Amino acid sequence: MRSFNAGDVVYLLLAARWTVLLSLIAFAGGGLVGLIIALMRVAQARAARWFAIGFIRVFQGTPLLLQLFLVFFGGDLIGVPLGAWLSVILGLSLNAGAFLGEIWRGSIQAVPNGQIEAARALGLHYGQRMLRVVAPQALRTAIPPTVGFLVNLIKSTSLAAIIGFVELTRAGQQLNNATFRPFLIFGLVASVYFVMCWPLTIAASRLERRLALAYKR
Amino acid sequence: MNYIFHFGDMWNARGEFVEGALMTLRLSGLAMVASLVIAILGALARTSGPKPLRMLVAAYVEIIRNTPFLVQIFIIFFGLPTVGLRLDANEGALIALILNGSAYTIEIVRAGIENISQGQIEGALALGLHRLQTFRLVVLPQALRIIVPPLGSQFILLMLNSSVCSAISADELTSAALDVQGRTFRAFEAFIVAAAIYFALSLLFSTAFATIERLAFGKRISR
Repeated sequence: MRSFNAGDVVYLLLAARWTVLLSLIAFAGGGLVGLIIALMRVAQARAARWFAIGFIRVFQGTPLLLQLFLVFFGGDLIGVPLGAWLSVILGLSLNAGAFLGEIWRGSIQAVPNGQIEAARALGLHYGQRMLRVVAPQALRTAIPPTVGFLVNLIKSTSLAAIIGFVELTRAGQQLNNATFRPFLIFGLVASVYFVMCWPLTIAASRLERRLALAYKR
Repeated sequence: MNYIFHFGDMWNARGEFVEGALMTLRLSGLAMVASLVIAILGALARTSGPKPLRMLVAAYVEIIRNTPFLVQIFIIFFGLPTVGLRLDANEGALIALILNGSAYTIEIVRAGIENISQGQIEGALALGLHRLQTFRLVVLPQALRIIVPPLGSQFILLMLNSSVCSAISADELTSAALDVQGRTFRAFEAFIVAAAIYFALSLLFSTAFATIERLAFGKRISR
């Protein structure tokens, strides 16, 4: 047992970089998966829609922690040991993809159907319709809930600690094992998360209010 | 892929899975009921309490919602014993689930209360209903229609979230899977079985809640 010192605060802050990096990478990965899932969810082909619905149901209906375990051990099982870092990225991306896919499906479907019909009548093909007609309008409704989801994603990265990846929460555990000052250390850890998440929470609700106003007009 | 699945060990461990699932249900059920009680009080304090109380509840909600559940568990499970409150893992898990669930449930209940326009309350009072009647006959029936559907989703989220309590070895389903995994070295099978049980439970509850909503409110309300 040793005492808690200023160097430990620095250690926590350095570990927080991994939380930020993990969140950013998982957001990028989740965004990619989510885009594919959202497009499949609104596709013409029934098989694509069913796949997307099943994907969303499974990832929203089971605990994220088990999803992470399954990716971690699933990699070993098919002979590709992923290690903590890659499994967490893959697991979080798939999970985020399900949630973002569902959010974005809503935004895509909120674009009036007449717009898509008009675009089709004008001879725009699928890519053009989606990119030039649907996306710019869907983006407006998609942004507030996406920012809100980002808060969830940042919090979810703490589960990487259970797999053994050293990010903010894991670093807190290590320090607590050495110094045994749980309130102080986990209080600090929680504050760092709060500083990352709260501005996003506020931004999300501001954006949502602004959007609601825009729709009232 | 030349891995051979062995679910025999999982079948032998069925008792552990069932016990784990029951503990998961017990923890999440107790936490849901307790957080609903806290949430009703909290939402009333948040909407019509004195200003310091309103701010206190708001701060509580924001702090809980903007920090990870895992860190909250650690603060409670490792922190409370340092101030002399001895807890076993299940008690720690339950307290953490209640504190976490309350924050989200307060927001749900608050949204239900705030959705009723002030004009309706003024109208009811003008018609001569006293405050309790106004609440019971005007506010409550409308608020319930807004509150109940998200409460169902909240329960399922809470149940799935309770798997994080395995980090302090509460005896719930994910811990059961970890134990079986440690004993049989069949990690993938153990976690698949646990995930399938969670999935079945969340399907069961979402169907049940949808049915209750339909029976209670007629047509299902879009959320």
